[in-house]
Amino acid sequence: MATSFQSALQNLRETKVWKSIFRRGPANTNRTRSLAVFGNLFLHWLPVKVREKSLRVRASYYLGSVSFLLFIVLFGTGILLMFYYHPAAPNAYRDMKDLRFVVSNGVFLRNLHRLAAHLMVFAVFWHMFHVFYRGGYKPPHEFNWVVGVVLLLVTLFLSYTGYLLPWDQLAFWAVTVGTNIISAMPFIGGKVRFLLLGGNIVGDNALLRFYVLHVVILPLVAFLLIGIHFWRVQKDGGLTVKPKDKDGRK
Amino acid sequence: MDESKIPTGFSSDAKREPRRVVFVTKKTSAKVVGEPGPQLMTFPHLLIREAIAFQVLVIAMVIAALLWDAPLEQLANPLLTPNPAKAPWYFLGLQELLHFFPPFVAGILIPTLVVIALIVIPYFNVNVEGRALWAHRPRQHLNGTLLVTLILLAFLAVFHAWTIFAPTALVATLLVFSYTGRQQQEGWLSRLGNQPLSWWVMTWFIAVAICLTVVGTFFRGPGWSWVWPWRNHAG
Repeated sequence: MATSFQSALQNLRETKVWKSIFRRGPANTNRTRSLAVFGNLFLHWLPVKVREKSLRVRASYYLGSVSFLLFIVLFGTGILLMFYYHPAAPNAYRDMKDLRFVVSNGVFLRNLHRLAAHLMVFAVFWHMFHVFYRGGYKPPHEFNWVVGVVLLLVTLFLSYTGYLLPWDQLAFWAVTVGTNIISAMPFIGGKVRFLLLGGNIVGDNALLRFYVLHVVILPLVAFLLIGIHFWRVQKDGGLTVKPKDKDGRK
Repeated sequence: MDESKIPTGFSSDAKREPRRVVFVTKKTSAKVVGEPGPQLMTFPHLLIREAIAFQVLVIAMVIAALLWDAPLEQLANPLLTPNPAKAPWYFLGLQELLHFFPPFVAGILIPTLVVIALIVIPYFNVNVEGRALWAHRPRQHLNGTLLVTLILLAFLAVFHAWTIFAPTALVATLLVFSYTGRQQQEGWLSRLGNQPLSWWVMTWFIAVAICLTVVGTFFRGPGWSWVWPWRNHAG
């Protein structure tokens, strides 16, 4: 069974089409394994080799990767949710009801999106604190730390703009409470709040603005910054590893 | 372009494709060479670990999403204010701060200072060197930190900000204990005694943030009064 599967795979790899997509042969030498990384658009920002120490779970708890995965899950479920959503009051709320009672797996989709959003905020915070305690902000990683702080803010803002979209009491009052704080900014507070809400109260315009921020502007900014963040990890010489771990392993 | 930087005998702007064999110049790579040590190939060692981490997480999330439904309340109604009206959980620490300080201080000043403080961490040598707080002139450092801590605690007490006071006092107690552990060789006390100032500030910040968020989420009811989450209350 296993051998027939392997030979089928081998035959597939011999085909012209396969070879046109993956120019390298099977990744069974260090040369072809390197090619598998830097010959692939989606992997080329990874280093070809990584230090053994930085792969240990306690070096990172994979928190950066987990945050990114959550972002991808949010991207996928978010696009699917957009098919069922009108950014207008009170249609937005009816769409929530439709998701629960009409759309196949609609409630599952919304649950997954919401869960991933909360987890992402949590993971990004944890990631930052963990990097701090590992000393990951130290040179030459200074700039990447700053990019990370900005990414934390983008994550919070993404989550917050999404919070309004269901247009229920929870969403409305959470955003009202939050945006009232902006008014406390000296001189420009009222203006900034007006700009964000497109009015003086949380209404139709605010819903539309939060929607555009949530589905277009902030995800674009996040993707750009994540790209810089990942690229810099490699250019800055990889993860920070300590000479000796707490468990005594060198 | 300054040609003297790369003395090759060719113009760097030549349009013909030059047949350079190799350039050996100093510090031209964008990449910093990290610490030496045994290395593994990214493919497959890193990728298989990430794939496993991703799969575990996705399976856990799918199970959770099948079991628990996202909340949905009544249609938004500007005329019906819930009591208390709460922000998302990650802003409840801020909302708790608003309970103690004026809106400008709690909502604008403190968050701005926190973000600035986070950004500048790597640009201060004291954080980069990470020397233990008690490594150098421990007596003076103890007096200084005690003074700052007591002023802070007094300030918090004046504002009745007990949910900030409690974690601050806890971290301050650990700080004083760590002074006695500075010369020990082993154990948690010696580990605490060898931490730098930045470690203490960050730990204090996290302790306060967690306390405020937990209190804001579970222990605040109508009019932002203290409630016990296991007791029902009208609201």
